[in-house]
Amino acid sequence: MALTGRQRRSAGRAAQYLLLVAAVVTLALMANWGDLQRGFFDLAVAAAQFPDIVTTALINTVVYTAVGFSFAFLLGLVLALMRLSSVGPYRWIAAAYVELFRGLPALLVFIAFGFGVPIAFHLRFTTLSTVMLALGLVGAAYIAETLRAGIQAVPTGQIEAARSLGMSPGRAMVSIVIPQAFRIVLPSLTNELILLVKDSSLVYLLGLTGAQYELAKFGRDAMNTSPTLTPVVVSGLCYLIITIPLSYLSRSLERRGGAAARTPEVLA
Amino acid sequence: MTSVIEVSGLHKAFGSTQVLRGIDLTVDSGEVVCVIGPSGSGKSTLLRCVNLLERPDVGKVVVGGTDLTDPDADIDRARRRIGMVFQGFNLFSHLTVLDNLTIAQRKVLRRDRSEAEHTARHNLARVRLADREQAMPAQLSGGQQQRAAIARALSMDPEVMLFDEPTSALDPELVGDVLGVMRQLADDGMTMLVVTHEMQFAREVADTVLFMDGGLVVEQGPPTQVIGAPQQERTRSFLARVLHPL
Ligand SMILES: Nc1ncnc2c1ncn2[C@@H]1O[C@H](COP(=O)(O)OP(=O)(O)OP(=O)(O)O)[C@@H](O)[C@H]1O
Ligand SMILES: [Mg+2]
Repeated sequence: MALTGRQRRSAGRAAQYLLLVAAVVTLALMANWGDLQRGFFDLAVAAAQFPDIVTTALINTVVYTAVGFSFAFLLGLVLALMRLSSVGPYRWIAAAYVELFRGLPALLVFIAFGFGVPIAFHLRFTTLSTVMLALGLVGAAYIAETLRAGIQAVPTGQIEAARSLGMSPGRAMVSIVIPQAFRIVLPSLTNELILLVKDSSLVYLLGLTGAQYELAKFGRDAMNTSPTLTPVVVSGLCYLIITIPLSYLSRSLERRGGAAARTPEVLA
Repeated sequence: MTSVIEVSGLHKAFGSTQVLRGIDLTVDSGEVVCVIGPSGSGKSTLLRCVNLLERPDVGKVVVGGTDLTDPDADIDRARRRIGMVFQGFNLFSHLTVLDNLTIAQRKVLRRDRSEAEHTARHNLARVRLADREQAMPAQLSGGQQQRAAIARALSMDPEVMLFDEPTSALDPELVGDVLGVMRQLADDGMTMLVVTHEMQFAREVADTVLFMDGGLVVEQGPPTQVIGAPQQERTRSFLARVLHPL
């Protein structure tokens, strides 16, 4: 008996569900739940992480990310403007910078900053300013490209209108183009902030004291005293507390931006 | 009468395409000049050369006594006195209507907020948008956006207004409002250079009509002559196509 198209489709879907259930049941039967719970999420060990994991580690992660992102944003904006400059050397320098820092693992940049720079320049940075530089230099390369794309996405009619009102190129850039570009790239900037939250875990390479631990280092360190994965799981959950709302924010900004662009001409 | 705009021997090419091939044009104070002509004849390019959004290759553009084609001319300063209205409105999409009207007054003319808002409200009333000052551009109809754009240009107290097909992007039922505002401006004595396909408007409001084709002024004179009794064959065939499209 031949199946109709619809019957064939629902049979196919049923087979997929069956496969999924079979896989889940097999894994559940194979796993040793007692060991898993002790290894990954021991309630007593988890409780012992508090309140330090919040009052020290979570706060440090947020602070490192914030200073890194602020510096990255400013430098990224300068680089984006350099890439769009009519002066050739500015464009080349910015392009080289972006290629270099996008092409290198953030890990190497941190090692260079943690050890190389103090030796080379006989400088002693505070930990926070080293964090700001290292995270910022990496983030700036990505943010520069994002902002450049945003600036180029502002319709030329907006610039012509600004110039026709007597605004200089710089004034038009500051008052008209950059605010609009910023709106266009806000979702992407939020995504870059999420990346930076995660990259802030590399700060441990700079050699931190206990009070300077951020989430990842805090978790790894706690594993020394309670040799289960629980501290790392707790620290992972703390990351998600930061990153998941940001990712929702990014998506809702994206939706709102799209909606604004689609607003019907006549609402009046 | 003093002339506000004096264009002479204007040439402009984009790559190898000659778009303007020697334009002479004078707009006197208080005069309304309408430019008509087929698509691609160089009307927009001419208008954009008047405020140097396009840089002329050859020729001279003098506005309000300043030679804009002089390499040392302060173009930004000169543009304050030249209002421009675009086919696509080009309201600043991130600002409210009121802020659209005040931003250049404040940042360019250095007026303080209360003076800028006072001027803005006066001009919003002129274009009958007094009640929409807090709206964002995207919340306005095309006709309202274009009237706001006119008010924005007027808020700089320009000596002359340039219009590039201000009603071409509008739904037919919204065209009248914008033309009404422009007619009122002309009655108030504003000097205007208007590129338009609205023959009725040109006939009734223009002091001078200028017919362009192929980058040249083919015919110019009062509307009764250029539209009513064209002398040139090219003008006649263009008008026949525009006035009786079927
Ligand atoms: N920036 C530019 N680069 C290259 N070519 C251009 C540019 N601007 C205009 N042109 C060309 O110059 C010619 C005249 O253009 P222009 O916009 O001045 O015509 P127009 O008379 O305003 O036409 P329309 O009625 O369609 O607006 C056209 O062939 C156009 O393709
Ligand atoms: Mg045009």
